[in-house]
Amino acid sequence: MMGRDLLAIEDLDRGDLERILETAVRMEEVGRRDVKKVPTLRGRTLINLFFEASTRTRTSFEIAGKRLSADVVNFTPSSSSLKKAESILDTAMTLDAMAPDAVVVRHAVAGVPKRIADALEAPVINAGDGAHEHPTQALLDLFTVWQEKGRLDGLTVTIVGDIVHSRVARSNLYAFSKLGAEVRLAAPPTMLPPAVEALGVKAYTSLREALEGADVVMLLRIQQERLDGCFFPSIREYAATFGLDRAKLRYARDDAIVMHPGPINRGVEIAHDLADRRPSVILDQVRNGVAVRMAVLYLFAGRNPRREG
Amino acid sequence: MVPSPNATAGPDPRSAPSGESAERVVLDDTAIRRALVRIAHELVEHNEHLGDLYLVAIPNGGVPLARAIAANLHQIAELEVPVGILDTTLYRDDLLSRGDRPPLRRTEMPSAVDGRVVVLVDDVVSTGRTIRAAMDALMDFGRPQAVQVVGLVDRGHRELPIKIDYVGKNLPTQRSERVELRGLAGGLEGALEVVVRADGGGEAR
Repeated sequence: MMGRDLLAIEDLDRGDLERILETAVRMEEVGRRDVKKVPTLRGRTLINLFFEASTRTRTSFEIAGKRLSADVVNFTPSSSSLKKAESILDTAMTLDAMAPDAVVVRHAVAGVPKRIADALEAPVINAGDGAHEHPTQALLDLFTVWQEKGRLDGLTVTIVGDIVHSRVARSNLYAFSKLGAEVRLAAPPTMLPPAVEALGVKAYTSLREALEGADVVMLLRIQQERLDGCFFPSIREYAATFGLDRAKLRYARDDAIVMHPGPINRGVEIAHDLADRRPSVILDQVRNGVAVRMAVLYLFAGRNPRREG
Repeated sequence: MVPSPNATAGPDPRSAPSGESAERVVLDDTAIRRALVRIAHELVEHNEHLGDLYLVAIPNGGVPLARAIAANLHQIAELEVPVGILDTTLYRDDLLSRGDRPPLRRTEMPSAVDGRVVVLVDDVVSTGRTIRAAMDALMDFGRPQAVQVVGLVDRGHRELPIKIDYVGKNLPTQRSERVELRGLAGGLEGALEVVVRADGGGEAR
């Protein structure tokens, strides 16, 4: 059951996910109006607390908050203020004292949003924590696939890339599995987490096999900082074996769509000519992100008495 | 001649079984259809430029009513009046004071509202707060020439200066009672009825 905070897709059940998606459908309509603003959160304050830089996600939350008439404040602690040795929790509690109605948290370390949520009055929304979860990304991916395919049950979703370091993969794995899709993970062996099969998903080291019959191909960003590591020999080799181009896409279903959480590395995980037009739906994901985050703010924002359960 | 609202009353409420959670039908399908025909006639009578009319239903109950009124207008005056659907939930004044967020309903506004005579259609009008929310929502879609309101049932208990222009039935109720439009088959397709329940489980609208 949905709690006070949105920290992880793992915590949500099927009903919660469906409720968020149904709310997002209505928010998507608001985004198509000439006046893209409703008074729902008028007089309420939303703080974007991003310890890790992210222009895209922060902007999406900012637009979502503003479309609901909330006052949105972006707080990006600089490295210098962290050097002043104010702890993460102190920073969060200082902001909480200013009575926000929701705090959106991103941090490079898994579990930080949970620690902050335990200390704050305001509900906390996780905007990505380390390699743990990125729930609103998974929700917008669910929403995009649902809009494209008209269903989620029974679909085959293949996630390709650096699975072990990816909070997007983790959240999507839970999200799509909970709604009845078959999730496949494809990566070089060094990028596959151990014992994923226990989560009810199939792991592949052959992209071709993983793509066989897939309805959705979800590519992950190859993090530049890991390129020099020991995870794979070279970018060129990764691009050749796991980078998606039109030839490899032919192994998937004819009507398969291609997704990517962005920002994309053209020519690495996705071929240049594949990124910009169908079957790629990358910009639809970005657009849907606003509607989904409006839905999340509608359902979670507000300093309610702590909900039972 | 336009019959008076009370002439559309359904079965005599006094004949309904008594009891704490008893439910009585105050308007049956025939009475509702008759009221909607009368309201369509009144709309024709009161509006000079019928081509400007735009029916906007407040979901869920307003939707079948607005469609029926549009069909009646077509029969009476050969008019094709557009029907929109406008959810008022995001404009409610009690949203964040509630513990839980109510589900959002569909909004579909097929025509621009600028310069139109918008007729809001709701099933049960009480405090007037939903109509206030609907007017605010409407203004975000444009600048109507005028706004009029149809209420199938007017319960009274007004908390805002809102006037209902076309009333199906005035129905004095206790605040604790619940009045709702529903389809006999569960949904809002097919035969409709308005029932009053004494369980107080709902809220005045």
